Amino acid sequence: MQLRSPHLLGIESLTPEEIALILDTAESFAEISQREIKKVPTLRGQTVINLFFEPSTRTRTSFELAEKRLSADSLNFSAGTSSVVKGETLLDTARNLEAMNPDFIVMRHGMPGAPHFLSRVCRSSIVNAGDGSHEHPTQALLDAYTIRNKKGKIGGLKIVIVGDILHSRVVRSNLFLWQKLGADVTVVGPTTLMPPCIERLGCRVSHRIDEAVEGADVIMMLRIQMERQGKGYFPSVREYFSLFGLTEERVRRASPDVIIMHPGPINRGVEIASSVADGPYSVILDQVTNGIAVRMAVLYLLAGGGEREMAA
Amino acid sequence: MGRMLLKGGRVVDPVNGIDDLRDVLIVEGRIARVDRGLAAEPGDEVIECDGMVVAPGFVDMHVHLREPGREDKETIQTGGQAAAAGGFTSLACMPNTQPVNDDQSVTEFITAQARRKSPVRVYPIGAITKGLKGEELSEIGELVRLGCVGISDDGLPVASGFIMRKALEYARMFDVPVINHAQDLSLSDGGVMNEGFYSTVLGLRGMSAVAEETMIFRDILLTGLTHGRLHVPHISTARSLDLVREARARGIDVTCEVTPHHFSLTDESVCGYDTNTKMNPPLRSEEDRAAIVAAIKDGTIDAVASDHAPHCQEEKEVEYDVAPFGVVGLETSVLLGLDRLVGAGHINMKRFVELYATQPARILKLPAGTLSPGAAGDITILSATRETTVDPSTFRSKSRNTPFAGWKLKGAVVRTIVGGRVVFPEAVEGTRATSRTSH
Repeated sequence: MQLRSPHLLGIESLTPEEIALILDTAESFAEISQREIKKVPTLRGQTVINLFFEPSTRTRTSFELAEKRLSADSLNFSAGTSSVVKGETLLDTARNLEAMNPDFIVMRHGMPGAPHFLSRVCRSSIVNAGDGSHEHPTQALLDAYTIRNKKGKIGGLKIVIVGDILHSRVVRSNLFLWQKLGADVTVVGPTTLMPPCIERLGCRVSHRIDEAVEGADVIMMLRIQMERQGKGYFPSVREYFSLFGLTEERVRRASPDVIIMHPGPINRGVEIASSVADGPYSVILDQVTNGIAVRMAVLYLLAGGGEREMAA
Repeated sequence: MGRMLLKGGRVVDPVNGIDDLRDVLIVEGRIARVDRGLAAEPGDEVIECDGMVVAPGFVDMHVHLREPGREDKETIQTGGQAAAAGGFTSLACMPNTQPVNDDQSVTEFITAQARRKSPVRVYPIGAITKGLKGEELSEIGELVRLGCVGISDDGLPVASGFIMRKALEYARMFDVPVINHAQDLSLSDGGVMNEGFYSTVLGLRGMSAVAEETMIFRDILLTGLTHGRLHVPHISTARSLDLVREARARGIDVTCEVTPHHFSLTDESVCGYDTNTKMNPPLRSEEDRAAIVAAIKDGTIDAVASDHAPHCQEEKEVEYDVAPFGVVGLETSVLLGLDRLVGAGHINMKRFVELYATQPARILKLPAGTLSPGAAGDITILSATRETTVDPSTFRSKSRNTPFAGWKLKGAVVRTIVGGRVVFPEAVEGTRATSRTSH
């Protein structure tokens, strides 16, 4: 089996089988990162451009390591150091990069749909590394990989996701994925940070974290951006933490073998207590580790690989 | 200028209660007679209209011609040619040019340029406030004296209730409608599409229907207070239509128009991030679209207007968030109405002609929209059965930003006649009658 599209623009367009294919493939790649020589020749001779219009440490580093461990030639292009600051359009930037014949463009952009636009004008495979508040597909895939690893499944699990639901691309990608795999999902956050009709993506909506986390198998916390405070979204970080912050007391309401996730970067004391972030149920750093294997799998499959001819 | 005889068409003229097979005689650019069995005289230009609909020339009351200032997007000439190709004989153009049409020199330039270059009649709409800034009234009396037929700050809502009140009061003296883009910017700031399920799915910032509705409600109350005349452009939500119904029931003088994209498309079309689905007001929900069709049927909506908003390709080939709002519409408006409204069985041809000719002419008090003897010889000839495929490469407009490329629509514009002269298709004439024929 292979992926149907040469691009990974979002989870929304993937089938459950494609998601399973990516996760299964990632499992075979995970072992590579444990080796002494963490490199396979799978993408030797292929070029990947990491085109980042927004600052990112975690995602960009993770992609870069995934590319290097697959022996691809990768280079980083960030908006601050490019002609974008001189007023070049995205289309022209894309055409210029295309002229150098890359095989992949991994793009992070602040505006929803930017990678979709790129995929219409480029021959390269486009990988969405986050587009505004829309999608962050590799994050949802590495989250799914982490959940599956710890719980053995995703379907039927009680998953709670807490935070700024309105502005989060992680939420959207995860909701698409969990809906496809049949998880029981509740989104939790202040009413002011809840997008309309979100329940149509197959989740319940709650504004009370204590009730929502009752018996949860997975709790995923989202980063709260400080700049939302004072713009009408919530009155203070203090009140936010008291209403929605994840404390040890709240964790105790969840299932005894709950796992705590966070896409990072975390704000200690804003959305999550330090003791929870560092606690035994926290899998936040596993998520980071798994990100590399999942991104290796995505690049490998987009390059036309299938699970039978695994080159690893 | 001689005589033109349109023979054997289905003449639809709601003003005179005609919907029947008739001939139309135009003499010296004016309607002379509408009757059965009119005979051609030698030298008459005769156009056979068997199987066609012959209607008073259509009026698009909401067009952006971009001249002066952005002639790279559109000019009075190309916009006029697009109107002719789209079946319109008259259009009203919005004042958001550079410079703004808030001053007599700009109004004079537009009308003079239209006389020189446009195949169709062009009626300017003047600015409500100087520079469209919403602060000081422009010289509305002067603008109307020089030919402006309405006032509007176009895409910029008059935010101040005080200025809107004064505009409604002041415009009463000149009997022109105040056309206010209804949007509370504090509720929709930064929005690029309708707020709803699809904005959630796409992660795009939404503009709520309420941002439109609160402004319409304020404007209706002010219109009642001032006994002014309000025209709501491009109305787009179900609740907005309820507000208009309720206002009319109270005797408040409010009219409204809808665009073809709002009765043809919904916010689901934004999926895929095609910037040709980005306009303001945005494409709304299916419930809103259905309410618009119902309001077209029950008469709440007075007119169809295209909100023709040409933009260069490079301006639209960008991220959705930064693309300008607006789509072209002059060359697809009539076709969409024929297909989506008449063809779909929602309205009959009489109502269709009211929406595209009679009512917009009445709202702006234009000498158009009727085939009464003595009226201007402006005619739109249509086929309700011929199919047209929308092909932007054939547009007369300088711009191509349409969401309807490739659509197959049942209906066609066959001839557009302005003052007894065929302006579309270009350089096509009827046959000359060589001898007296009688029926």
